[in-house]
Amino acid sequence: MIRARGLVRTFETRRGREKVSVRAVDGVDLDVDAGEIVGFLGPNGAGKTTTLRILTTLLKPTAGTATVAGHDLAGDPVGVRRSIGYVSQSGLVSSEARAGEEVVDHALLYGISRERAVRRGRELFEQLDLDGMWERQAKKMSGGQRRRLDIAMGLVHDPQLVFLDEPTTGLDPQARANLWTHIGSLRDTHGSTVFLTTHYLDEADALCDRIFVIDHGVIVASDTPDNLKRSVRGDLIELTVQDEQQAEAAARRLAGLDGASEGSTSGVTTSIRVPQAGSALPGLLRSLDADGIALAGVEVRRPTLDDVFLTMTGRSLRDDEAA
Amino acid sequence: MSTPETEFRAGDDATAPAAATTAGTGTAPMASVTTAGGGGRRVRDTDGGTARVGFLGETLIVFRRQLRLALRNPAWVLIGLAQPILYLALFGPLLKPLAPALGTTNAYTLFVPGLLLQLGLFGAFFAGFGLLGEWRDGVIEAERVTPASRVALLLGRVLRDVLQLFVQGVLLIVLALAFGLDGSPGGMLLGLLMVMLVGTSCAAFSYALALTTKSEDAMAPILNIVSMPVLLLSGILLPMTLGPTWLRVISDVLPTKHVVDGVRAVFVGNFDSSQTVWGLFWAVLLAVAGVVLGARVFRRQNA
Repeated sequence: MIRARGLVRTFETRRGREKVSVRAVDGVDLDVDAGEIVGFLGPNGAGKTTTLRILTTLLKPTAGTATVAGHDLAGDPVGVRRSIGYVSQSGLVSSEARAGEEVVDHALLYGISRERAVRRGRELFEQLDLDGMWERQAKKMSGGQRRRLDIAMGLVHDPQLVFLDEPTTGLDPQARANLWTHIGSLRDTHGSTVFLTTHYLDEADALCDRIFVIDHGVIVASDTPDNLKRSVRGDLIELTVQDEQQAEAAARRLAGLDGASEGSTSGVTTSIRVPQAGSALPGLLRSLDADGIALAGVEVRRPTLDDVFLTMTGRSLRDDEAA
Repeated sequence: MSTPETEFRAGDDATAPAAATTAGTGTAPMASVTTAGGGGRRVRDTDGGTARVGFLGETLIVFRRQLRLALRNPAWVLIGLAQPILYLALFGPLLKPLAPALGTTNAYTLFVPGLLLQLGLFGAFFAGFGLLGEWRDGVIEAERVTPASRVALLLGRVLRDVLQLFVQGVLLIVLALAFGLDGSPGGMLLGLLMVMLVGTSCAAFSYALALTTKSEDAMAPILNIVSMPVLLLSGILLPMTLGPTWLRVISDVLPTKHVVDGVRAVFVGNFDSSQTVWGLFWAVLLAVAGVVLGARVFRRQNA
């Protein structure tokens, strides 16, 4: 469905007086099969949206080639546009316009007859829980409703491939969960291939068959969520003790565990990764007790995609969001 | 109104074979196959799938959407109209006793063409601000991922502005007739057409500026810098012949000054004067230049 080779996009910006070119996308290769739901996971500014804009013909790549839905990106952009739906981060509908009219007008631009556009639009409104919203102005809809309206716009011409750029950003948890159900059903009921970007790990984990981790314009990993998590060696054990001296003593005990790696201590907490936390824990607790170390807390964490990201890039996704 | 349409269609058709050639010689063999299959621009799929509706069809779809949105919120149309009407009612009477000094018997015949052009220039100059709102809502991106021609996305909008200008112009002329405007009816229509051509140019320019700057704060000063000299030097309020030679020489550089002269000439039925010819010439040239510039901006950055 998508085959991209060596996509590069550079932007000229100014840093002080000198001109610098920033490589927003720096040699991206992608292969996506029909019927997959794939996620593009990375922090803000990693190059997710730029790559998406290249694949949707909105931005010319500085270098590289791609075939999208069977059409060459450079040779037949109109063919690409006809086969894809794109739900951009900023939305697709005018705040002043009425929901139904926007969907129909959008469909008309694809060469769909008015009658068919209305029928398809009403169907989509029903499927996306937008009943009764046909005459509603977009600005009078809730964030979740408006996002679903955007998705209806992107689907009105029954594209084989749908791109969703940060579909749930800015939504409350309930609306997010609701949207996940709808995104999941894009493939199940519409048979569409879905390509979405997100900087939420739980979202990528919950929705995607496969994840591309992107950082600084380069894809650093690509696998199923489970395999990615497995690539992080084992479970994390985190101990909280009374004072820093005890933390150091506890850290020495942790380092002595079988197959221990990535130990780290900060303040009164110390942590380590072991292959199987379940079997290591009883012995560990006994030996800590024998050393007279009083535990304030024990935590065991299965690897998350956040750990994957940390392992791949040396940075946490959350750090990046805070920055 | 038919003039711009036919011209633009000709322009777009001319580029179509060029685009097809590029696709045909493209690197991937896939591309040439699909291009050959998807072929002509006006092919209709019989199975009800998606097909191109053609350039004019796409322009009309965009035009109808824009018109619907404008009609639902006519405040801007009314504000745009209020200004020349205020000029007509509050400034016109001042000119009346001056008519002999201005070399005419009817002050309104001199004044209304200027007001029309003012309407055309400034109404259309502000069109781009509306586009910025749409751009923020993501509408422009959404339209650009459809197979529709980029030029149609521009022209549908320009057409809406030109229609609005036509309605405002007719209202202004009718009102002026009540005030005492006198002249050739055919000439007034031709004059209005010339103003609409200038409006086409300004609207396209304004859209191009909006998509380039993507900010009201950057756009407003640029429009001010352009519009002030145009307003003062085109002889919109008073004919430039009143001024000293140096002022006249400067104003001769402005195409809009010749359009105002042309509109004034046709209003009194002077169809074969050199002013008419130059006015028409510049009006057409401005329209073409504006649309070419706008089309370039709307096409930019395509993959």
